[in-house]
Amino acid sequence: MSDLRELYQEVILDHNKKPRNFRRLEGANATAEGYNPLCGDQITVYLELEGDVIRSISFQGAGCAISKASASMMTTSVKGKTRAEVEALFDRVHKMLTRELDTKVNSHELGKLAVLSGVCEFPARVKCASLAWHTLNAALEAKKEPVSTE
Amino acid sequence: MRAAHEMNASQAWERSRASLDVERIREDFPILKRRVHGKPLVYLDNAATSQKPKVVIDATHRYYSEENSNIHRGVHFLSEQATGAYEGARARVKRFLNASDAREILFVRGTTEGINLVARSYGRKFIQEGDDIIVSAMEHHSNIVPWQIVCEEVGARLRVIPMNDRGELLMEEYEKLLNERTKFVSVTHLSNALGTVNPVKQIIERAHRCGVPVLVDGAQAAPHVRVDVRDLDCDFYAFSGHKLFGPTGIGVLYGKASLLEAMPPYQGGGDMISAFTFAKTIYKVLPFKFEAGTPNIAGGVGLGAAIDYLDGIGLEAVAAYERELLAYATEALCTIQGLRIIGTAKEKAGVLSFVLDGVHAHDIGTILDRDGIAIRTGHHCAMPVMQRFGVPATARASLAFYNTREEVDALVAGIDKVREVFN
Repeated sequence: MSDLRELYQEVILDHNKKPRNFRRLEGANATAEGYNPLCGDQITVYLELEGDVIRSISFQGAGCAISKASASMMTTSVKGKTRAEVEALFDRVHKMLTRELDTKVNSHELGKLAVLSGVCEFPARVKCASLAWHTLNAALEAKKEPVSTE
Repeated sequence: MRAAHEMNASQAWERSRASLDVERIREDFPILKRRVHGKPLVYLDNAATSQKPKVVIDATHRYYSEENSNIHRGVHFLSEQATGAYEGARARVKRFLNASDAREILFVRGTTEGINLVARSYGRKFIQEGDDIIVSAMEHHSNIVPWQIVCEEVGARLRVIPMNDRGELLMEEYEKLLNERTKFVSVTHLSNALGTVNPVKQIIERAHRCGVPVLVDGAQAAPHVRVDVRDLDCDFYAFSGHKLFGPTGIGVLYGKASLLEAMPPYQGGGDMISAFTFAKTIYKVLPFKFEAGTPNIAGGVGLGAAIDYLDGIGLEAVAAYERELLAYATEALCTIQGLRIIGTAKEKAGVLSFVLDGVHAHDIGTILDRDGIAIRTGHHCAMPVMQRFGVPATARASLAFYNTREEVDALVAGIDKVREVFN
């Protein structure tokens, strides 16, 4: 049960139950859709960009606890950040999920997102946690085609 | 009343257990001794693929160790042995399906390839612009996409038989769809996502009244119910070896000889021609016309062994045992608060698709896995079914004759744990 508790931490369960910024964003000037064909997770990310800065962000969709919580936490952690800062953060999140990053040493760089580090013990779930980030990337790059984790 | 019901259920269980010694059967499957995450494996993903008895593993091992050679072309000893083994397997499949002629048994990679063969070969030749092809709302993508491709190519239209809230096809709607434009019907015998056993004999009879041929997708049915292609009078029947306790990469397409004769080859290559010049090639007779290239010989041999094994137990005993286990599991799952079974057809086989309030199927799958319990989660390659029931995904436990009541109890305990995590 311990590694399950590590995966499904209270913070994650809380974000799953009460996802933050879970709505359509009025005045969004960039959006993107993401799919995880393996499990049918679907997400739409809405952005309000002011120059290089994310002024506001929200998301909608259906997915498992990991994908929903990851999306919810992502929205709270990138608000006010520049493209370059978001890129750097995604890179660290990705490394954490794929175990390329020692979260004990680097957890300060990840902030609250470090609670997702338990996912690396569950390789089948890495795509769930990274779906929102890939979709955010697509919105920043103004991709028209939905992104897929496959 | 309830006590009487329970006594009857328990008597029925004892009877089906008596005809099938599950403890001894489990000894035949080496993988069932495995532990996963430190727990005994509870394998409930049989609709995805089944486990293999030792006789199947041994048969493919023996083929490669002692008989390996190419078939239908060598005059040497080993080639004759390999050809005998492969054609022997075809004869077993013929008996298994009660087909009238081994020429009607084509070896393919699996159900998917079998359906694609018919869609490509029959569809391209006999289906034209303005024609209708009928499938059902509970098809696996592999019995939809090949027909969509044909429709796009020739300008035909796909019509879909709807189903009710229990996951049963609406036969009166099906009859309304049948008309002079209908050129083909392709339906599943047993739904992989819902467990529904469809009245395929009736579906075929109605289609034949309009002169329309029918393909039955038997991927899920063949390992669990007795299939008699002559009794069904189906025109095509496709199934996969790996769901029938045989190897992956081998499957069967049964087709009526008269139809197969009229169809053009599916793939060109060696072993499917009887005379060749650059001006014209004459194709071999059935079934070889449809079997270009060196086939999966070891797979065929393994499938033959799987059929022998299944015949040894008896599909009737298998079906009876699984029916009782399904009833037990259904009752047990229904006691779990917030759990809803998707697919409650009257005629049903060992598939339990379910959703749990407030918990996504994927999370259920991960938590059960940590207890060594293997189930499938997701849309089961049947997105129209998910849309019909308004769920993004389901968790699915699917049974085989080597599963036990204790394993069902483990599943229930595992789901309790899921609820505990998500309180």
